[in-house]
Amino acid sequence: MQIDWFPLWLSLRVAVVSTAVALAFGLWLAYILANREFRFKEVVDAMVTLPLVLPPTVLGYYLLVLIGRASPLGKLWEMIFGSPLVFTWKAAVVAALLHSLPLLVKSARAAFESVDRSYERAARTLGASEWRLFWRVTLPLAHRSIFAAGALAFAQAMGDFGITLMVAGNIPGRTQTVSLAIYDAVEAGNGAVARTFVLVVSIIMLAILSVANRLNPR
Amino acid sequence: MLQARLRKTFPQRPDSAGFSLELEFQAASGVTVLFGPSGSGKTQVLDAIAGFTRPDEGRILLDDELLFDGATGVHLPPQARNCGYVFQNYALFPHMTLRQNLMFAAERRPRLERHRRVNEMLETFRLTEAAGRRAHEVSGGQRQRCSIARALIVAPKLLLLDEPGQGLDAPLKTEFYEVLRQVRADFKTPVLLVTHDLDECFELGEEMLILREGKIVQSGTPRKILDQPANLEVARLLGAYNLIPCEIRALDPGRNTSKVQMGEFELEGPYFPGRFKGDRVILCVRPEQLVVSARLGKPGPNQIPGILLRAVEKAQWMRLEFEGGIFADVGRAEFERQRDNKDWVIEFPAGTLRVL
Repeated sequence: MQIDWFPLWLSLRVAVVSTAVALAFGLWLAYILANREFRFKEVVDAMVTLPLVLPPTVLGYYLLVLIGRASPLGKLWEMIFGSPLVFTWKAAVVAALLHSLPLLVKSARAAFESVDRSYERAARTLGASEWRLFWRVTLPLAHRSIFAAGALAFAQAMGDFGITLMVAGNIPGRTQTVSLAIYDAVEAGNGAVARTFVLVVSIIMLAILSVANRLNPR
Repeated sequence: MLQARLRKTFPQRPDSAGFSLELEFQAASGVTVLFGPSGSGKTQVLDAIAGFTRPDEGRILLDDELLFDGATGVHLPPQARNCGYVFQNYALFPHMTLRQNLMFAAERRPRLERHRRVNEMLETFRLTEAAGRRAHEVSGGQRQRCSIARALIVAPKLLLLDEPGQGLDAPLKTEFYEVLRQVRADFKTPVLLVTHDLDECFELGEEMLILREGKIVQSGTPRKILDQPANLEVARLLGAYNLIPCEIRALDPGRNTSKVQMGEFELEGPYFPGRFKGDRVILCVRPEQLVVSARLGKPGPNQIPGILLRAVEKAQWMRLEFEGGIFADVGRAEFERQRDNKDWVIEFPAGTLRVL
């Protein structure tokens, strides 16, 4: 039996990149939500959480409108990189990002909020800038929960199906991630391939979850 | 020198009643104690000075620097205020060693000086041996000294301490008083200390501000406040008085005397300025100022007969409770000598009487 492992490698690559972006953007957003008081704060929080409850097709549709070839963002991308964003593996990254960001922001916000305020206050009275305070105090104190949140974000990014299908398509050898490949294999009656991928994905997810659980402070 | 005038209203919440802070005070060099019961707004005052919360109105001036001014909208962030803050839980960074905690604080100093300064502080506060350990691995006293050292290493213009003696056992408390006296002598940093422990006020405070429901109800040296509480509220807060209703019968400013009627007995006291004959007042005497003895015949001047209800043993003395809610504190030896008294008399020395 010949198995093409490309979908698995693609999924891992998409998950790594999207987790990196999710951490950079999500941690920033979570920190702001945890520490700043501003108007519409809870509205922002709700907007970030929305993807958790919306059907993937709805999210995919929004994304198509937002980054499709006719949209300003899509046009800008094409102008800079010379090729469209949609229906490439980069679009799959965007899809995975949208899928994993809400949970990451939620858990990172909780992690930041669980850091005793007096540590941050102490750092401020000692003259530490907000930047130094974040890197030297808040993040180290919350690092276990943040790692756990990152691991979950990675798992979610790997597991996305619907949004990826909508914006990246299901092009074998180009945008077919492992979740899509499993669907294809089942449709095509290719049981051996489906079973192999299902088993491998399950093992990877189980490993990630156990790492996340071990990291999360009880 | 700190000059503060603040007003801040905390709106009513499901979990807390509405509350407003409105006060004005100064803290010069030395230790100023902010004394008040829990919920009186002590910590809120510290937070406003440190810059964690923004008052609605007022002005905070530290030396010649304006930290907050409601009228012109000045509100410096905590980083720019030069106020050291020692938190109730010390807030030592748990992921750093004691030395790293100090290094973190000293980071704005030039590199060479930084190391020298940290070593100096570790030495001054007897932390050199524990320097490599983390906060949860050292003793409570070391934690406390480290948090004070960390606050002082940035050479603040004011040191704020939030209930530092809270929850410490007696030896640690004594040690802490020692450390703070050393700080006062060596660093010359004015200290504003929040507490609800009266002993702490006397151990440390040069000036004392009594805070109640967001307002300062009396200020002065601790000794002066204890001698003459401004009103019944303060007396109750200090919690160390016999408070007995009575009536002024006579006042003689020329000879500095007065007569007060307490139940069926008449006592002689000093002249009470601002009072009139016939005023109903509260007599305020500390239990340790009363003198008890065996009753021999008719009670003498300023003595009243007392019926002993019980004697409660305290660490250093005995507290005798007499009928009518009068308490008298006597030394252990004194009590041993008198314990077989059949009848008692309680003497109210004329000079000690105060009325509210």
